[in-house]
Amino acid sequence: MTLIGSSVKRVEDKRFLTGKGQYTDDIKIPGMTYACFVRSPHAHAKINGVDTSRAESMPGVVKIYTGADVAELNGVPTGWQVNFINGETMKEPKHPLLVADKVKHLGDAVAMVIADSYAEAKDAVDAIVVDYEPLPAVVNPKDAAAEGAPKVHDDLPDNMCFDWQLGNEKADVDQAIANAHHVTKLEFINQRVVPNAMEPRSAIGHYEDQNEKYTLYTSTQNPHLVRLLLCAFVLGIPEHKVRVVAPDVGGGFGSKIFHYTEEALVIWASKEIGRPIKWTAERRESFLTDAHGRDHVTTAELGLDAEGNFTALRVKTHANLGAYLSTFAPAVPTYLHGTLLQGLYTTPLIHVHVDAMFTHTNAVDAYRGAGRPEATYLLERLIDTAALETGMDPVELRRKNFIDAFDGVDQPGYQTQVALQYDSGDYHKVLDRALEMVGYEEFRKEQAALDNGKLIGIGFSTYIEACGIAPSAVVGALGARAGLFESAQVRVQPTGKVSVYSGSHSHGQGHETTFAQIVADRFGIPMEDVEIVHGDSEAVAFGMGTYGSRSLAVGGSAIVKSMDKVMEKGTKIAAHLLEANPDDLEFGEGKWTVKGTDKSVGFGDVSLTAYVPHNYPEGLEPGLDFSSFYDPANFTYPFGAHVAIVEIDKETGKVTLKRFIAVDDVGNVINPMIVDGQIHGGLAQGIGQALHEGTIYSEDGQLINGTYMDYVMPRADDFPMFEIDRTVTPCPHNPLGVKGAGEAGCIGSTPAVVNAVMDALKGYGIHDVEMPVTSEKVWNVIHGNS
Amino acid sequence: MIPASFDYFAPATLDEAFALLEKHGDEAKILAGGHSLIPMMKLRFAQPETLIDINNIPGLSYIKEEDGHLKIGAMTRESDLEHSDVIANKYPIFTDASKLIADPQVRNMGTIGGNLAHGDAANDHPAVMFALRASVVISGSGGSRTVPIDEFFYGFYTTAIQETEILTEITIPTPTGKTGNAYHKLERKVGDYATAGVAIQLSVDDDGVCTYAGIGLTNVNPTPMRAARSEEALLGSKLTESDIKAAAKFASEDCNPSADLRGDVDYKRAMVEVITRRMINKAISRL
Repeated sequence: MTLIGSSVKRVEDKRFLTGKGQYTDDIKIPGMTYACFVRSPHAHAKINGVDTSRAESMPGVVKIYTGADVAELNGVPTGWQVNFINGETMKEPKHPLLVADKVKHLGDAVAMVIADSYAEAKDAVDAIVVDYEPLPAVVNPKDAAAEGAPKVHDDLPDNMCFDWQLGNEKADVDQAIANAHHVTKLEFINQRVVPNAMEPRSAIGHYEDQNEKYTLYTSTQNPHLVRLLLCAFVLGIPEHKVRVVAPDVGGGFGSKIFHYTEEALVIWASKEIGRPIKWTAERRESFLTDAHGRDHVTTAELGLDAEGNFTALRVKTHANLGAYLSTFAPAVPTYLHGTLLQGLYTTPLIHVHVDAMFTHTNAVDAYRGAGRPEATYLLERLIDTAALETGMDPVELRRKNFIDAFDGVDQPGYQTQVALQYDSGDYHKVLDRALEMVGYEEFRKEQAALDNGKLIGIGFSTYIEACGIAPSAVVGALGARAGLFESAQVRVQPTGKVSVYSGSHSHGQGHETTFAQIVADRFGIPMEDVEIVHGDSEAVAFGMGTYGSRSLAVGGSAIVKSMDKVMEKGTKIAAHLLEANPDDLEFGEGKWTVKGTDKSVGFGDVSLTAYVPHNYPEGLEPGLDFSSFYDPANFTYPFGAHVAIVEIDKETGKVTLKRFIAVDDVGNVINPMIVDGQIHGGLAQGIGQALHEGTIYSEDGQLINGTYMDYVMPRADDFPMFEIDRTVTPCPHNPLGVKGAGEAGCIGSTPAVVNAVMDALKGYGIHDVEMPVTSEKVWNVIHGNS
Repeated sequence: MIPASFDYFAPATLDEAFALLEKHGDEAKILAGGHSLIPMMKLRFAQPETLIDINNIPGLSYIKEEDGHLKIGAMTRESDLEHSDVIANKYPIFTDASKLIADPQVRNMGTIGGNLAHGDAANDHPAVMFALRASVVISGSGGSRTVPIDEFFYGFYTTAIQETEILTEITIPTPTGKTGNAYHKLERKVGDYATAGVAIQLSVDDDGVCTYAGIGLTNVNPTPMRAARSEEALLGSKLTESDIKAAAKFASEDCNPSADLRGDVDYKRAMVEVITRRMINKAISRL
């Protein structure tokens, strides 16, 4: 069998393409009610009163809860603790389920209306009068650090959640920067973006009195973690009485990793009112309350010697966490950002300092790439800028500083200055392949000769990222409040069909196909004989969910572990049936064969024997069903080289992406078509941030572009056909040799595009344009406006 | 995304529709394609008490040449304009504009009458109408009246249509002589409202002298506008590069854009100049 490595069509697409997917909002339960929220129209305001009297008497209204009604309940917690540099615990203000006293961001929930229909709930929301006393707000994390800035939490005078540092001694880095032959310095904002999953968040809470059981259907990437946080931290309800189901989920991009207040509220209130409650976000609510991504205000400096060797990197960033801490928020600007600042380079001295700030904005948390895009952006922008400033070629500058190839087997992993040990890599190879595809020398000739009123430019980005999060002991030492293993159960049915229960959760990644390929290949059975079950806490033993490109590296490895156990036991049964020694058997093409003979027994015969153990090895348990937990030995480290070519219309400033070349190394590949799709999607999001996307908050905290009319998502016509290729450097420490592909495109592409724009504009004496690089900004550069 | 409740009527004739309008007055809104009105209702920015759906009234959707005029029924869908041979051959300016309006799903429902009656300076058809010196036919129970486009737009979302009236037809004088036209808007993304848009209609005589110039601008003025000085700069001109530049400059000076997410005032004025010049040249290339 050679299913691994083959572009099998996605088995889940039949139901998605025929409209038969079953999403949370599709689920209807008899007696179900509908919830709508009263959300704050102010970023910061004191609540002097909430008048629900008129709404309560409106048709269909079942119950209205305000902040006062839930004041005794816990808030939603964060799952990661980062301490101050001085060792103090980070500040963790309560994130209440509904706000009673002071709203802290636009969209903060003040009341929940439950009614017999959505329309009635919606009408009642309009009838609730909240007496707000607006207060000054702060939206920029650097402004939040300034003296006299409006306070987000009254007991935190400096708005700081924590400060944090990583790397070499700061004094050594300062010294090296001071002594450098050349220092390239950039100050910029890595702007806040909205995840924009196609399916809005949705949750149904259903409490059943007869068995005291709660069921939460929710659009999440992470059903077991939601259950853990809900039971242990928020409501204190018994975990064995709570079932969390994440049915089909229409995209997440990180925003559905987290446990949200609405989930806790529908579960809690369902018991209170004795009826199921459904809430589904409107798109405007998604813009306001799905955890956002990025939002760093950064100063980055790269020191170089006279030959162009990097001597030191110094980074200071103000990271915006929003008003409340989301589930992974503290980890993103720290352990997922600072740890990646080695990049692909041998920079001997690195120091990063992060001030994590509260502001009057929606929470910021992991968004496709989560910290790694921010690290890659600053590094790769610094390098192309350094090349521009020193007159060196950006490709040569990278090559000069690349870490040499190492396979992680015969050569050891690469120990960085920022805590990680890279697993394996051959960085020259991806760049060489990308240059071959782009035709670099020809491009430079064309660029020099261009005379048609257009500008063209080329930009590079050679990135590394850390996926497959993570060894539990390591992340525990770094502040994670959960383990980051994965579980999988492989149940061989009596007829030889296989059910796999995975703690990973597919919300667009194609697990039902990729995982089935692995299982079918291993057991020598058709893919149709394998079913992948996920997203139900009562079907799956445990799970840590899908994010950080971890499903195949960690979840897939857990499946392999269980399959190993199946094969070990199956071999014993087969040996018994064949009256041979287990060591004399070999397995292939779906059967065990006595080596050197034609005596064999099939996988189905062995599985049937396991469940009908009439003729069976003595002392062996019946059944063929194994669970495993896999805790990885290390992160995985995909890498790649991205090249963008842009054309600029000098008269309008319009930037057109003419070509985009991506050569990625994601380790071994199970399904090339799915990996291509993941890369394409990631590129679209990364390029979207470079050229189009970004929230615009007014000074008083209003989200000016909180609709699809105003917020510019990239469209199909904004992209050329992507030119992609891969190299394969297997991961040495997981059984599949895979590294992860979900975020690579989003991590590598953003700086490549901005670098290309800056290359095109290099005659204009500027070194940076703030993202998103809109036509207007480019026009202003060309016309000499600041 | 659920509108406030409203009454819904679907009259089968214009007379029934007029009667409903007379009964409900300014509490009623006409539902044509619905692609401006319904989103506003779903966001509860608009909460009309009564909707009068005119989609069931026959005879309001057509594209025909008659009596020296191109006549377009108010309920003609954008997609009908986009795919009409008459339009493509003689009035490519409409095809230019229709292709830039929203997306195919919206164009399958959105109507030319609705696009004008909405009175939004961000819509694309008003500029085209200025370029072509169109008139709109406004009907009520007392009969019909014809209003030149220059007298149609009153202000922000307000037009010459009275509460009891319905826009029923657009009439455009068939251009004579060698004619060419073009429309383009700069947009942040496909389907966006214009950062700036320009519609051009030109006619020249056998000597290449411009005998007609119509120039309309999109989304750079509180109301849809004609670039009158630019037209004058081209009339009688041999459409030289310097005359074209002058016309483009006048358009950028005479418009009155406001700063928003699409750009600041200087940028929008500059874009009016660039697009006016480019569209004049494109119209010339189509002569």
